[in-house]
Amino acid sequence: MAVKAKHQRLVLVVIALVAILGAGALAAWALRSQASYFYVPSEIAAKPPEPDRAVRLGGMVERGSLKTEADGVTIAFVVGDGKARVPVRFKGITPSLFVEGSGVVAEGRMGADGTFNADNLLAKHDERYVPREMKDMTAAQARETVKETQ
Amino acid sequence: MHGFANPARFLRIARWLTPLLLLSGIVLSAGSLAWGLWRAPAESLQGETVRILFIHVPTAWLGMAGWSAIAVASLVELVWRHPLAGIAARASALPGAVYTAMCLISGSLWGRPAWGTWWVWDGRLTSMLVLLFLYFGYMALAQASENAGQSRVAAIFGLVGAVNIPIIHYSVLWWNSLHQPPSISVGNSAMAPDFLIPLLVATVGFSLIFGGVVLTRMRTILADAQAEARLRRKAQATEGQA
Repeated sequence: MAVKAKHQRLVLVVIALVAILGAGALAAWALRSQASYFYVPSEIAAKPPEPDRAVRLGGMVERGSLKTEADGVTIAFVVGDGKARVPVRFKGITPSLFVEGSGVVAEGRMGADGTFNADNLLAKHDERYVPREMKDMTAAQARETVKETQ
Repeated sequence: MHGFANPARFLRIARWLTPLLLLSGIVLSAGSLAWGLWRAPAESLQGETVRILFIHVPTAWLGMAGWSAIAVASLVELVWRHPLAGIAARASALPGAVYTAMCLISGSLWGRPAWGTWWVWDGRLTSMLVLLFLYFGYMALAQASENAGQSRVAAIFGLVGAVNIPIIHYSVLWWNSLHQPPSISVGNSAMAPDFLIPLLVATVGFSLIFGGVVLTRMRTILADAQAEARLRRKAQATEGQA
């Protein structure tokens, strides 16, 4: 009899766990667009936000696109995700990890001319950790080196 | 497994295992942290701030592992009524919460120079903060019970809270987040060995300390229960005489 009660408890707990995990997965699935911290350029291109709505735009700063304007404090660059590109303008101090070819999250509003006017920039670090000595290699080269030396 | 149900047997093993875990853990952690602080190279983009990694990642892993331990122990407590399981779950809560808090603080310190902000409400950071609050809730529930290490409500809470663990892990994959995706997966690493090796050693060291602290706290809970039982017997004996 003792064994039976134990099995009954086990089955009950497992059923409850499966139900809870299912509910959690459903909630996470329902949140998949809302819980994202930013939109990528292809989402902005497919469904442009209203001009006055504050949104975050995230992607890679395209190489060679970063320019400082005549006033010396306004910068302009292009954020891309491989499918779409959005020009961005920002006036202010950039975080130290903000460089061309790296990830960025810009907070601001979409302008009428299709330019994203950022009020704030956050630099996004990726999952690769490369020593400074390997800095001059391109990302692909560095990845190769890391792979070879492992 | 029920061989360990006997607290006397558990205490005999824990007596020599506790200092062993704590000592080896402290040696490994201190060694790897010193290595990470002075010998590891600066990272190409982050520069010197990469050294926060050697505290941030092991504490994040143990914050999550701590709750996983609570969940497994709660399952054993609920289904098999193992007398030590509940005590192990209670004992894991405080060190788990401390590690989670250390993970949040070290991450915040890293975020300011790297991202340009102390805190953002993205999926990873929010779910990790939820984990800290789950720990607080669990400790409050476990304390509210009369009998140390035997509270069914706390055990159920420990199981339900386990839902958050996969959410923390997958938050950076399911949703666009400011936090980077995992650098290390089974058999794969996007991290140069200069960083990876001290990081792995630090993780082992922090885990050993965690194990030692859990054993110490389990012994404390058992000793507490024993002292209380003795006092109760004494009180009953004097009542009988009067």
